[in-house]
Amino acid sequence: MLSFVLRRVGLLVPTFIGVTLIAFALIHLIPGDPIELLAGERGIDPARHAQLMREMGFDQPLWQQYLNYIGAALQGDLGRSIKTREPVLTEFFTLFPATIELSLCAMLFAVVIGLPVGILAAIRRGSVFDHTVMGVSLAGYSMPIFWWALLLILVFSVNLGWTPVSGRIAVAYFVEPVTGFMLIDTLLAGDTDAFASALHHLVLPSIVLGTIPLAVVARMTRSSMMEVIREDYIRVARAKGLSQTRVILVHALRNALIPVVTVIGLQIGTLLAGAILTETIFAWPGVGKWLVDSISRRDYPAVQGGILLVAAVVMLVNLLVDMLYGLINPRIRHAR
Amino acid sequence: MAMLEIDRLTVEFGREEAPFRAVDGVSLSVDRGEVVGIVGESGSGKSVTSLALMGLIDYPGRVRAERLRFDGQDLLAASDRQRRRIVGKDIAMIFQDPMTSLNPCYTVGFQIMEALAVHAGGSRAERRTRTLELLEQVGIPDPASRIDAYPHQLSGGMSQRVMIAMAIACNPSLLIADEPTTALDVTIQAQIMDLLRELQTRNRMGLMLITHDLAVVAESCQRIVVMYAGQVVETGAVEAVFAAPRHPYTAALLASLPEHGSYKSRLASLPGVVPGQYDRPRGCLLNPRCPHATERCRAEAPQLRSDDRGGVRCHTPLAADGRPTP
Ligand SMILES: Nc1ncnc2c1ncn2[C@@H]1O[C@H](COP(=O)(O)OP(=O)(O)OP(=O)(O)O)[C@@H](O)[C@H]1O
Ligand SMILES: [Mg+2]
Repeated sequence: MLSFVLRRVGLLVPTFIGVTLIAFALIHLIPGDPIELLAGERGIDPARHAQLMREMGFDQPLWQQYLNYIGAALQGDLGRSIKTREPVLTEFFTLFPATIELSLCAMLFAVVIGLPVGILAAIRRGSVFDHTVMGVSLAGYSMPIFWWALLLILVFSVNLGWTPVSGRIAVAYFVEPVTGFMLIDTLLAGDTDAFASALHHLVLPSIVLGTIPLAVVARMTRSSMMEVIREDYIRVARAKGLSQTRVILVHALRNALIPVVTVIGLQIGTLLAGAILTETIFAWPGVGKWLVDSISRRDYPAVQGGILLVAAVVMLVNLLVDMLYGLINPRIRHAR
Repeated sequence: MAMLEIDRLTVEFGREEAPFRAVDGVSLSVDRGEVVGIVGESGSGKSVTSLALMGLIDYPGRVRAERLRFDGQDLLAASDRQRRRIVGKDIAMIFQDPMTSLNPCYTVGFQIMEALAVHAGGSRAERRTRTLELLEQVGIPDPASRIDAYPHQLSGGMSQRVMIAMAIACNPSLLIADEPTTALDVTIQAQIMDLLRELQTRNRMGLMLITHDLAVVAESCQRIVVMYAGQVVETGAVEAVFAAPRHPYTAALLASLPEHGSYKSRLASLPGVVPGQYDRPRGCLLNPRCPHATERCRAEAPQLRSDDRGGVRCHTPLAADGRPTP
């Protein structure tokens, strides 16, 4: 297990180099520069512009800038945001809990519904239920997030008035940030009304962000379950006189989960990508929205640092998933 | 009355209008402490028969029978729940491939103790003690360390011993062994058969032994049931059938035994294979392969006729000298 973890950590180095290179190249490919955009409509005197660019080191050749950036990043310094002058790391980690909270709720939504639905569809394969699940999940998978979010907002927020349109919590509440997770902080403050409001704000974004993972989890659970049900050991379990429920939940599910866990892990990347859109639509104050804002401001340090950190999170989660995989699957655990 | 009575068991697959009869009116019985061998080529319906008995034929398979009784209980009328109280406890089964029969995610101990938990109850500690005892009984060295092993850490022979331990955990009165040694090395095969025979004698179990190996039947069984294309073609006491087979198919099977001729020419006198779903012939199902087939065999299906020596399904059963009777 240790050598397995070490090998995976070793792989992180080339990945990091790749991610920083791409982030760096892409953001500099976009026309415009941060000074110009900060100055806005009024414009800026060219001499002053050149001076500011020099002060920030943007006059150097790109490769030089890249090496400087990597050098600082290796020492844990991701620079400061051009807009706020705050360290990028601080900004990121202030906003990150909001993104985690949203992503976790979306994943929870996907797993809590996707697993049972997938299992049932597998057991009742060929039934109306099965066909419905397959059809709906295909639709869910192909749904553009933007369109889906707007549709839900239109129906549930505008027409029915059931859910708020944007934000994390109603403006009436002020909650002292302790953990950064609104659901936890409101509870810590003992404010149940605020908690309810936070929950209320979470529903729609979670559903929007969780739709694709839900479709993936349901379909994967179904196909994996259908494969496992045909295995010899399932017949043996039934020949022992175990109940249908026990055979499915104890003997089949555990084996069927192995590929599902991997897929859930791979969805984390998709989830963070989806979070960027979802947060923008719902004005959710997380790193996704922050990244989009930073891009439109050409806030080079913020964008580069943000992408680097998001990539780090995805890799870390994938590593954790691989370790979890070993926990479920004894054949992996004992392989070394 | 025999412990297990199967009367005209039929299992069909496929569409309702054009069903495929994998098992066609099979009748057989097993007594307490009796060893019955079921033989026949691949595809003759041996496994499907035993699965039907265990209630393991799933939709779209259809199981029908005149009678399916075990120990006085009607298995046909039993609810799923009632059947599960018998299956795994009084009737247990071991399968052909031990390497795929154990759940890779759970330890050997868990899988044996699970059977005990469902049928015998008792505390965790009691179940563990009993499991160690069972592992010892089936000849697994150092049970205390093997009990927490995962299936992939065991060899095929060890896995089959674990399967046997699991099957006999609740002291079944009937054990069905579906080709228990086919997937194993030749040297291990003999050990597993010895173990089964020993356990059968010691626990006075009824044993339904499904096998391709007639030598094993000669050694271990009292009665033999020969199946072909889903039908029983001959039954009888092992000595009698081996001495003077009455069905041409049985005769051909016996002729393929090494002591009766060349080992290589397995079923040499019967070219061809068991007819499948789409090539079942009219009349006697064996007629395209049978050296003695007549016009009548090609037109009319023979019934299983029973007398004091057993049963045979043939229009012209072989006499003691091996010639067909007209
Ligand atoms: N679930 C099923 N659906 C359709 N046909 C089936 C099914 N199970 C078995 N059959 C068919 O039933 C016939 C009998 O199969 P069975 O497995 O009982 O043969 P067998 O005598 O056990 O052969 P073997 O010696 O190879 O184990 C075969 O033709 C097989 O294709
Ligand atoms: Mg078989």
